[in-house]
Amino acid sequence: MRDVSIIGIGQIEVGEHWGKSLRHLAGEAVLAAMRDASLEKADALYVGNMLSGELNGQGHLGALIADFVGLRGIEAVKIEAACGSGAAAVRMAYLAVASGLLDVVIAAGVEKMTDQATDVTTAALATAADAEYEVVHGTSFVSLNALLMQRYMYEYGVKHEDFAGFPITAHKNAANNPYAMFQKAISLETFKRAKIIASPINLMESSPIGDGAAAVILAPSDVARAFQPAAVRIAGSAIVTDSLAIHDRHDPLFLEAAAQSARKAYHQADVGPEDIDFFELHDAFSITAALSLEAAGFAERGNGAYLARDGEIALDGRIPICTMGGLKARGHPVGATGVYQIVESVLQLRGQAGKNQVKNARIGLAQNIGGSGATVITHILTAEE
Amino acid sequence: MQIAQYWRLQPQRYRLTGEVCRSCGAKLFPPRDVCPECSKPAYETLEFKGNGEVYSYSTLSQGPAGYREYEPYTVALVKLEEGPLLTAQLTDVDPEDVRIGMPVEMVTRKLTEDGENGLIVYGYKFRPVLKPAASA
Repeated sequence: MRDVSIIGIGQIEVGEHWGKSLRHLAGEAVLAAMRDASLEKADALYVGNMLSGELNGQGHLGALIADFVGLRGIEAVKIEAACGSGAAAVRMAYLAVASGLLDVVIAAGVEKMTDQATDVTTAALATAADAEYEVVHGTSFVSLNALLMQRYMYEYGVKHEDFAGFPITAHKNAANNPYAMFQKAISLETFKRAKIIASPINLMESSPIGDGAAAVILAPSDVARAFQPAAVRIAGSAIVTDSLAIHDRHDPLFLEAAAQSARKAYHQADVGPEDIDFFELHDAFSITAALSLEAAGFAERGNGAYLARDGEIALDGRIPICTMGGLKARGHPVGATGVYQIVESVLQLRGQAGKNQVKNARIGLAQNIGGSGATVITHILTAEE
Repeated sequence: MQIAQYWRLQPQRYRLTGEVCRSCGAKLFPPRDVCPECSKPAYETLEFKGNGEVYSYSTLSQGPAGYREYEPYTVALVKLEEGPLLTAQLTDVDPEDVRIGMPVEMVTRKLTEDGENGLIVYGYKFRPVLKPAASA
């Protein structure tokens, strides 16, 4: 096993890119990452994507994107794990480089979500859940998470307003991120007035539908500096799975796969929650942020939302999260999200996060969730001394 | 959508046919080939009675394609009295009246249809348990 570092990053602004197709979105991010690493070729490309078949009528993204960016001929495949596709692609790139089989590998994530009407995109997103036993009953992806939130509020006596700190913090951070979909702050009043989509979840605590792409380039740590003076090391990497359907879990309010993948990554990196300087978590909904904080060891069960209420997740708080806006405000182009999280973590560890720089950031945690907790990918990144 | 996709699930959709694991006794719905509790084969069928209570619920103001005509509608996690949780819609109830812990029972209803000329899909929904009529 070799140590692996990130030598290049690239991202495009998340938004409604009516004038660009999927290949252009992915291409821009990959080429930006190659420029960042001063690189003209690579050994492989893994493309994280969830819905290209359903929304764009396009499969076979590995060959498509490799050819489009001038890398015709290299090993290239699409990696799919619902909303966790992006970080899953990073994990595959990590395995390839760590194993010694490949040297320079690109992991990209791309999702083109605005080619279809909202109800079609909503139906496509629901394919992350169990088609025969959840989705046929009319459950949207929002409503599955709403089932968790309703029960969570009932079990722990947490008020809906206690979750408001998650989107408020995310939007505040996104205001300083030129790649974010919503570069503006929101108020508590905005949260309270927001339309309920699937009770109790409202529009202001749900991540938006948008187009986006991001890419990272991995290489063995011992040669990383030849490409990139500010290389960031992948100190921990893990994928853990759980049942696809929420109803197949004994304890639906605990994200077991999130807890286990965090534990594996902590163990590999030889760190614990107390060592983490910031946490790019998967705030697809505010309830997901609360459950992620609990699963990764930052809050006792039932207390995750209070970290938001009490300001502990702010950039200068005990555990800053969503430092560039998170899924809620940077945006959640599903298959790209996990790669955005890694790109943003690298910016923090390079000291390039601008106004959102977490002071003395040395160790970052990034966690990407597929479905309602069925695939969870955790990475721990460290700044090179 | 193909008819076979719905036809083969009729035992589950119409009768809640699940399984019981012969090794550890776990009662399973939906059925699967390997018991998730003890990892032994699970093939013995068991029909669930269709009684349970609401474990959690959510009312959708905006549903996915194929379900828009039912908006607003309520989906729930129902805890069956035999043990398993399942996901289903609630019916014959005002969304305002739904509560966690509410006793519910299975009924057969239309779930969705595949366009105007398409297949109609039937299956289980759950309604509040009807109160017995007051004795005369």
